[in-house]
Amino acid sequence: MEIKTSAFAGTLESSDIQIMLMAGDNGIQIDLESDVIKQFGAQIKHVITTTLQQLNIDNVKVRAVDKGALDCVIKARTIAAAQRALETTTPAWEVL
Amino acid sequence: MKNSVNRELPADLMEKLNYQGFESTEIGHPEIQRVAPKVHVSTGDDKVVDSVADVVKATVKDGMTISFHHHFRNGDFVFNQVMRAIIDAGIKNLTLAPSSLTGVMNDMVIEAIKAGTITNITSSGMRGSLGDFVSHGGLANPVIFRSHGNRARAIEHGDIKIDVAFLGVPNADRLGNANGMAGKAVFGSLGYALMDAQYANQVVLLTDNLVAYPNTPASIKQTQVDYVVKVDQVGDPDKIGSGATRFTKDPKELKIAQTVNDVIVNSPYFKNGFSFQTGSGGAALAVTRYLRQAMLDNQIKASFALGGITKPTTDLLEEGLVDKVMDVQDFDKGAAASMHANPNQQEIDASWYADPDNKGAMVDQLDVAILSALEIDTHFNVNVMSGSDGVIRGAIGGHQDAATAKLTIISAPLVRGRLATIVPEVTTVVTPGDSIDVVVTEYGIAINPRRQDLVKALSNVPGVPVYTIEELQQLAEKKVGQPQPLEFTDRTVALIEYRDGTIIDSIKAVKD
Repeated sequence: MEIKTSAFAGTLESSDIQIMLMAGDNGIQIDLESDVIKQFGAQIKHVITTTLQQLNIDNVKVRAVDKGALDCVIKARTIAAAQRALETTTPAWEVL
Repeated sequence: MKNSVNRELPADLMEKLNYQGFESTEIGHPEIQRVAPKVHVSTGDDKVVDSVADVVKATVKDGMTISFHHHFRNGDFVFNQVMRAIIDAGIKNLTLAPSSLTGVMNDMVIEAIKAGTITNITSSGMRGSLGDFVSHGGLANPVIFRSHGNRARAIEHGDIKIDVAFLGVPNADRLGNANGMAGKAVFGSLGYALMDAQYANQVVLLTDNLVAYPNTPASIKQTQVDYVVKVDQVGDPDKIGSGATRFTKDPKELKIAQTVNDVIVNSPYFKNGFSFQTGSGGAALAVTRYLRQAMLDNQIKASFALGGITKPTTDLLEEGLVDKVMDVQDFDKGAAASMHANPNQQEIDASWYADPDNKGAMVDQLDVAILSALEIDTHFNVNVMSGSDGVIRGAIGGHQDAATAKLTIISAPLVRGRLATIVPEVTTVVTPGDSIDVVVTEYGIAINPRRQDLVKALSNVPGVPVYTIEELQQLAEKKVGQPQPLEFTDRTVALIEYRDGTIIDSIKAVKD
């Protein structure tokens, strides 16, 4: 799936993550900022990557600002940002 | 070498600094010899000086140990003025031995380390940019962290030999009689500074409020003071403590506070004449509120409240629910102002408060202590010093000291954001699990299996589920996942003393 427009989801409140998606041409590139990057950086990137792959997004630049979100929150914000970036209105139920 | 809480300690440093590993929370009954300061004899008529630079030149020499108190906290104007003068005078190789370091001092300490002015530090704690700097190997020698009671012990033993103490006070007369209660930048109890005033070879007071002689009540006495320096301002009153203490509305904190209260009320210690110490966090303040109601409902009064004092505690004093407040430090304006007005709010020094090598300290008489934690592990060991990224960002304070109470309760949320508070192994052991009795989270409590009496007393309290500490740890891990292990270098940047002066853990430089 092609990114049609830059879009984001999520806030900078604690226990949330803000995910911004922009068009890219070199796979899934993640720029992550997090206070827990040492302990959970790999896991956060893994959740974002697999969620995007399930939505068939292969080329995208991701900017993620994490405030200690749990995996379920990271997944939800990634899906929401993706729907906005793809300009789709129907949820991708199979990913949920 | 490993100590009794299974921590590998740096053998080379231990030998070089003549340290033993931590063995036990029992202090026993050793006979010890205290030290006494040098006295430069004077009739006291020539103590007042105008310039910080002049007094620094007259007192501080290369290689000395200098000290400060942290009662002004983030409103401190004294530390930076004095350190500026010391750096500018080109003095080197000092040991900095304050009662603690607050954020407002960080940049100046880093500058002094870089200039070679400070080469050793002992403190209760450090946070922010200074903790980060030290955790990245910025100081060649390891920082020695000591609790407030242990600092008093170390000063009395001569482990810390203070050459010059620079003590800011909101009032003083020309001979050095001073207290923390009157003036512009008041902070109440001078508890930690009283050790420095009593044991330093030279005592320099700095004040913005020179009052008529003789000044009373005199917490610091003219018999202890060498110089009185008049400065423009010793502190910012608005930054010394929080203003009016707000009652937390955070449902998680309220749930924890309520459970802490349930644990206290259902323990064998909740009876007429009991004593307690609470901290200054949101949950601790809420505990005081709940405890007040429980005391009214059960017609129970406390004999004393101890430690760092807040307004909710002095309110209990005024209400007659607490007979005495034994006050080593005041955390807010209300508590500081109350000391002036209420003779039952007794100023105590750090030795009286918590020094283990004593003829009895207040903490030895304490029934209930409510303490916080950054991490607790399944051995009940507590970390209040390093963040879960391994960087120094805390202070021992009175944690190890108050934890010797008959009922020591750690109140902490199960998780903070994505970080588990209850973990398999704490990053740094500060307070040993042997002195911890109950851990309270918003999900329920865990009781140290050493305390079968408490297991019995607390197992059937309505609304207070009892878990094993392992169950709480697993519950936390299920929520947040398993973190990747932290990476450290071999370089030791800090040693943590237990309150008896043995080493309970070390902190290594972080790798990044």
